[in-house]
Amino acid sequence: MTALLVPLVTGEAVAYWICAPIMVLAALGMVLFRKAVYSALSLALVMVNLAIIYASQDAPFLFVVQIIVYTGAVMMLFLFVVMLVGVDTRESLVEKIKGHTVASVLAAVGAFILLAATVGGSLVTGAVGVGAANTTYGGNVQGLAALLFGKYVFAFEATAALLITAAVGAMVLAHGERLAPKLDQKARARMRIEDYVTKGIHPGPRPSSGVYARHNSITAPALLPDGTVAQDSVSSVLVQRSGMADPESLGAPTKKAFAALETAQGADEEEL
Amino acid sequence: MNPNYYVILAGVLFAIGIVGFLVRKNALVLFMSVELMLNACNLLLVSFSRVHGNLDGQVASFFVMVVAAAEVVVGLSIIVMIYRARHSASVDNENLLRY
Repeated sequence: MTALLVPLVTGEAVAYWICAPIMVLAALGMVLFRKAVYSALSLALVMVNLAIIYASQDAPFLFVVQIIVYTGAVMMLFLFVVMLVGVDTRESLVEKIKGHTVASVLAAVGAFILLAATVGGSLVTGAVGVGAANTTYGGNVQGLAALLFGKYVFAFEATAALLITAAVGAMVLAHGERLAPKLDQKARARMRIEDYVTKGIHPGPRPSSGVYARHNSITAPALLPDGTVAQDSVSSVLVQRSGMADPESLGAPTKKAFAALETAQGADEEEL
Repeated sequence: MNPNYYVILAGVLFAIGIVGFLVRKNALVLFMSVELMLNACNLLLVSFSRVHGNLDGQVASFFVMVVAAAEVVVGLSIIVMIYRARHSASVDNENLLRY
């Protein structure tokens, strides 16, 4: 903390003291938010801030990879799956094991103390810095490439095999087997005729909806020649949702107009 | 800046990841907690790379990212498959997989 009080504050310290609190808060948010979407966005915030810390620690390549691979690809994959799977599934807060939450928090605090005491306590010297290592091959990316394709080339090839295996595995897992063969036009026509033979269902298209003087919406039922309603002319979904329109009231304006015309005609004849 | 600060930060993030993994029941959030722990380890790798003044830690961090990407792909497809069969992403009833 004393380093902060002197006027020469390094950019690294500024980045740390801005990003670290945001990261911790966002990580807590990831655990505490009830909705999986909020958790995913909090984790994305953690990762972006982590990328900034990488940049401040002379690791420009990892800064870019962190944003592109983690925030850009992995977190968006998470978001896609959250949209597919968990966006409306409510999480129950009932503990299956008694005292589970308290024990979990205690275990985590213990792990933190262990980590801080052993790893943190063993460090007494300051950092050497990777500046010299970065300039050996002319830059951070070049230095990493020299290591990747030199010392670690077999590990690098193993990760290639791993990625291909993972991609194939995901395809195999996500592939849904078709339980019944896909119906083509011929099979559908055969089914229609079979229905006609066995159940007497008309194989042709159903009648279209009715057209009246002032209405032609698809809720208006068509009328048969004897004046009764053709039940098939309105979709059953529409009937369930809002009921079939009454053909009497739909045809009423027409009937009224005809009646008015007839009376007017009668009056004219009387005048003559 | 003293590298101990980064060790503390990574420890806090790792501990939060442990809490999330143990407490939450949504399989997706469990997965995110694992990712958080991996990221905390990456932070340590990069910090110690700087402490020792060579790039091996950054290469290791890069490998961790690659493995994490592969793990996410397979894990998420397993979650989607389980969700398709059982219409739930909760890990409370996953022992039903036995039958």
